[in-house]
This record gives sequence, C-alpha cells and structure tokens, in this order.
Amino acid sequence: MSSQKKVTLFIQCLVDTIYPEVAEAMVQVFRRLGISLTCPTDQTCCGQPAFNSGYRRQAQVAAKHFIEVFEDSELIVCPSGSCVNMVRHHYAELFRNNPQWLQRAQDLAGRTYEFSEYLVDVLGVDDLGARFDGKVTYHDSCHLLRGIGVQKQPRKLLHHISGTDFIEMHNSDYCCGFGGAFSVKYPDISNAMVTDKVKNIIDTGADAVVACDMGCLMNIQGKLSRMGSDIKVMHLAQILAS
Amino acid sequence: MAKITTENYVAEAKKAIKNQVLQEALADLQHRFGRGTAECYRQLPEGPDLRLRAHDIRMKDIENLDVVLETLVANIRKNGGHVYFAEDGQAAVNYCLEVAHKHKVRRVVKGKSMVSEEIGLNDALVEAGIDVSETDLGEYIIQLAGETPSHIIAPAIHKTRSEIGSLFADKLDIPYDDDPSRLTWAARKALREKFLAADMGTSGCNIACAETGHITTLSNEGNIRMSTTMPRIHVAFMGMERVAARLEDHDILLRLLCRGAAAQNMATYVSYIGGPRSAGEVDGPQEFHLVVLDNGRSRILADEEFREMLCCIRCAACLNVCPVYAKIGGHSYGYAYSGPVGAVVTPLLVGINRAADLCQGETLCGACQDICPVNIDIPRMLLALRTKLAEGDSAWGVTPADRKEKLLFQAWSWMIRNRRLYDAAVKLAATGQRLFAQKDDMIGRLPPPVHGWTKGRDIKPLAAESFISRWKKSL
Repeated sequence: MSSQKKVTLFIQCLVDTIYPEVAEAMVQVFRRLGISLTCPTDQTCCGQPAFNSGYRRQAQVAAKHFIEVFEDSELIVCPSGSCVNMVRHHYAELFRNNPQWLQRAQDLAGRTYEFSEYLVDVLGVDDLGARFDGKVTYHDSCHLLRGIGVQKQPRKLLHHISGTDFIEMHNSDYCCGFGGAFSVKYPDISNAMVTDKVKNIIDTGADAVVACDMGCLMNIQGKLSRMGSDIKVMHLAQILAS
Repeated sequence: MAKITTENYVAEAKKAIKNQVLQEALADLQHRFGRGTAECYRQLPEGPDLRLRAHDIRMKDIENLDVVLETLVANIRKNGGHVYFAEDGQAAVNYCLEVAHKHKVRRVVKGKSMVSEEIGLNDALVEAGIDVSETDLGEYIIQLAGETPSHIIAPAIHKTRSEIGSLFADKLDIPYDDDPSRLTWAARKALREKFLAADMGTSGCNIACAETGHITTLSNEGNIRMSTTMPRIHVAFMGMERVAARLEDHDILLRLLCRGAAAQNMATYVSYIGGPRSAGEVDGPQEFHLVVLDNGRSRILADEEFREMLCCIRCAACLNVCPVYAKIGGHSYGYAYSGPVGAVVTPLLVGINRAADLCQGETLCGACQDICPVNIDIPRMLLALRTKLAEGDSAWGVTPADRKEKLLFQAWSWMIRNRRLYDAAVKLAATGQRLFAQKDDMIGRLPPPVHGWTKGRDIKPLAAESFISRWKKSL
C-alpha cells in the first residue's frame, strides 16, 4: 500500500442528511483497509448549490468555511465526484480575484480525492474482496467523468466484485437530468432526461445501478420508485462494503 | 428582424418532449453524429488534442481581431471584392437590399447561413418583393413549411418524410410520395430552375482566411457553390469573428469543423471564394460583396469573461451530444442558435434576462466542451451568465432574475457556516417532511418551491439522523 496518510472524510451534504448509510459504507471499506480516519463534525456543504445557481458571494461563504474546516487535513476523500470537482476546479474560479484564498483553496484541492479515484489511483487497490450476487450496471456521473476524468476506476473496482455480472448500459455517459436546482426549476426537461436514463438501466436487466454520486442516484432512485421498479440504487461504496 | 421567442423555452420544451417523432429523430441524430464526431477526433493524425491547439489559434485570432479583419478586408478589396461592416442586423439587411436594388435583383438563391437567420434576411428580401429560395435541402423544406431551422446543420431534423411528402405535394404540385430519394429529386428539379433564374446568390462563411483574402463555404449538396457562382451577384455574410489570420490555421479549423459538424473528414464541396470573376474567367459572379456582421459581437469581444465564445465556428457538434437539446429540440431556444452554443450566444446577443431560461435550463454536464472542435468552455460561461442573473449586472443591463431565490441563498449562506444552525434547519425540514405522503419510505409529493421534483419522481426522505451525528456518537 503506497499511502498510509490519515484520511479526512468529506461528506457530501446529500449523503450526510439523506443517505448516511453511504458514508458508513465508505468508513467500512476504509477500516477494512486499515486506514485511519477522521471526520470534521463542523463540515456542512462545499457551496456548489449556490455556485451553480450563480450566487457566488454565498458560495464563497460556504467555500471559506469548507477551507477552514479541512485546511489541516493530510488527505481528503469524498464520496461524490461533483463535490470534488467543485473543490478542485470551481474554487479557483470563485477566488480568482482573491489571491490569499485562492492559494489556500488550491493547496486543499491538491489533497482532495473522490472515493474510487483514491482507492485505485492513490492506494492502488482494485479488489476489496466484496461479494454481490446479481447483475449490475454503472452510470457515469457528469462531474466525475468530465469534470475530474474518472471513468475506469469505478469499473475496475466493480469488475473485481465476486458474484457480480457487470453490464454496460446504453449511453452510460449521458447526464441523468439531475443538475441540482435544474431538476426543480425545469422539472419537465429533467424528468424527460431521467426517463431515458432509467429506460437504459432497465434495458440492461440489472438488479442494481451503481454510481459514485448520490445526486444522480437520488434522481434515478426517485424515477425508479415512481415507476414501481425494484432495481436498487447503490453507491459504489455500498456495493464494495457488501 | 428575426423573431426572438426565448421566453417560450419551457412551453416549447414541453411540446417537444411530447413529440415522439421528434424524440426519435433527435436520439438518432445524437447517436450518429455525436458518437461519430468523437470517433473522428480519435482518428485525427494529430490526435484529439488538435482541439486544444485550435482553441489557442482561435483565441489568438480573436484577441487580434481588429488587425486580422483589416488584413482580410484589404486582401478581398485587392481581389476586386466589396466589403461592408454592418453594425447590426438591420444594417446588414439594408446593405443587401441596396445591392439588390442597384442591380434590379428579382430572384435570390441562398446558401445555408445561420447569420442570415440571425438577421432575418429572408423576410426582409420577401418584403422588398424579391423571390428568395433556400437551396440547402433541409432549409428548402423549412422555407416551404414556413418554419425556422431546429438544428444549425440539420435544420429539418424535426420533420418526418411523410410530412415532407405532403409539403412537396402541396407546394411543388407533385403527387404525394414519401420516398426520400424521389423527394430529393423533386427538390433538385425545382431548385435547378431557381439557380438558373437567380440574379443574386447569398451565402454565409464557414471560416475566412485573412492572409489569402478568401472566405470558405462548405456543403454536401453542392448548392452553395451553385448559389455563389451562377448568379451575377454574390453577397456573403459572416459574423465578424469567423476569420483565421493564417492559411495554415484556417486549414486546421476547417478539418475540425467538418468533423464537428458531420463526423466527416472533409465536406463534399469546399469552396474558397476570394472575389468576383476576373477578366477572362468564365465562372463566378460579376460582383462579390462580403458583409461583416457585428450585431453585438464587439460587446462580447470586450468582455473577457465571454470573449472565448467568439471562438465558436458554429459546427453544432455540441447540439449532437447535449442531453437537454436531445429532449427539447432546437425550436425551444427561440432564436437562430440552439443547443449549448445557443444557451450562451443567444443571451449575449438578445439580452440575458430575456433569455434567462436558456442559460439556466442546462445541467452543466460538460458534454458540450468535450465534443467542441475548439474546446470552448461552455459550462464556465453558462455559470457566468447565471451569476449575472443572480446578482444583476449594469454593464450587460441585467436585473436580478429572482429576488426570492436570492434571499433563500442569503439565508442558506448564514446557515452553511454554522453546523449547529445547519443541524437545526435539517431537523426542521425532517419534521416538516412528515406532513407529506410517503409510500414505501419514499415521498411522492413535495411542497413549493421544490414541488417540481415530484411531478415525475419520488424522493427519499431525510434520514432520522445525519452521518455527522452518527459519527460523533460512534467515535
């Protein structure tokens, strides 16, 4: 194992408040690997909701709080590609006219990793000895895929799960239609997009759809539920912990 | 002037989503062109990174646009061409009308041009009593139907062949037929007569080259070459940004443009046009006019945040991968430019408040930037536009779009820096959610302002206890 730095958990707000079991699964995976963990209990949100809606001043407030809370961490891991993309790429935009905070943001960005990226690229782990009996498909979350370039890592981890039959869905790299506030402001468009996504998931015959971002999975789960489907949505950490 | 209906974004989107024929056409378009373009980039001898080089080329030319345009104009004039700088759409249209009037033009054939859509050229010519005919097959269909293009490159993507069959039967006085090849022959026959009778041809300009003093037009039907060489007069329209300083750079852009537009290595017909027919030549127009259109572009150029948008070469590759465009089609965008490019360009050209839905009604998925032949960071500019709408902006004349939302985010920012307040707010919401119907541990109906979510979806309720609270206990 290449790194034994202490991992600081950066918990996406959706995971913290709606899907705490995802963070617990992540903790379980890390403990199994013998990684020592810490979790700042003052953390709230990285600021992305405000940033994406154009409220930069308000996003800065959240970003500054985030930086203050995480600044002393050796290495930060988050179960969301979207939040990591925010810290890694958008903080620079947010503080482009504020050199002092820009520097602090950039220092932090260099130590912040998405969950699957940390396991595969930093730790060099791809087999966690997990078992899941059933067919599984994977959705590429936009910010994970195009924002921070993570595509192979989750698949590598999924391929090593025993008992799992992995099936790629059609257009796995298409947006599910979540888009944060977009899903509420433009419900008809968002719903049309997630309808396509769910159709592609159902067409694989999968028992579970896996992704690395609960924003997408909340959207997909909501549609599956409305349609009465029993396909499970699982964060990668959950299937790896099983 | 062209009609602007950006305010109808949501209503038009709803209509498009319900149109099953359109949905299938859009899915097919994205499958063929979106995936095809990505494959074309992978096969480039220089590799997909040529896109990054092209971005640098475009940015450099845009930053030196005054000098580059001056060179272009000097070289075109040297070749005997006329150049006119049009401050806005009206000036461009007026110039064309003057040229038409001077030469007693009665019939015009048009090569496909989005700039001509932007300035509403067709309507102006028709109003002046001139017969205008689009010659690109898709544009011709749209013109006969009295509609507007729904895709920058494939304007009639929303029409079925049976609709086109009925349209042709009605307008071209032929028996109904829905066979694409026979319909194409019918259009060809009708258009040949138009070409032979036309006094003036108009075209756009895919990309101009300053050092040689030429404009380049691309088509797969040969119609632009015929429009620009058969009539006595050729008037070309170009957005003032569509120029490369050097031929070497122009050729790189041309190669990428064809890949972006149609997943082709090169278009079937490529014409380099540098002026009118010279003495002793048998082909080409007697007069060549180039109208260089500003129409709001100087303002974009002056703003560092949006200048990058002028790199766009209007290939429409971003439409072919955009998951929003795939659902709502081109007409929802309410102006000449649709898809991600329209979502940025249209607000900048017609007014940010007026086109607020265009830049907010996107998911920021980033597919547009990945497929862009010149790697334009469209999501960055969508975010910049949203910031103007959130805060207001005097330079662009933007008023805050939603004061209630602003208050909400203000309150959010107080809560977000204090975990105790945050916990209290989450607890309040968790109590409130009990009021809403739940089935199988899912909420089926949410209150305003988030009720849109549950129109087509359920949502998982807030957990009884947050992870942070669980972590504290199990420490």
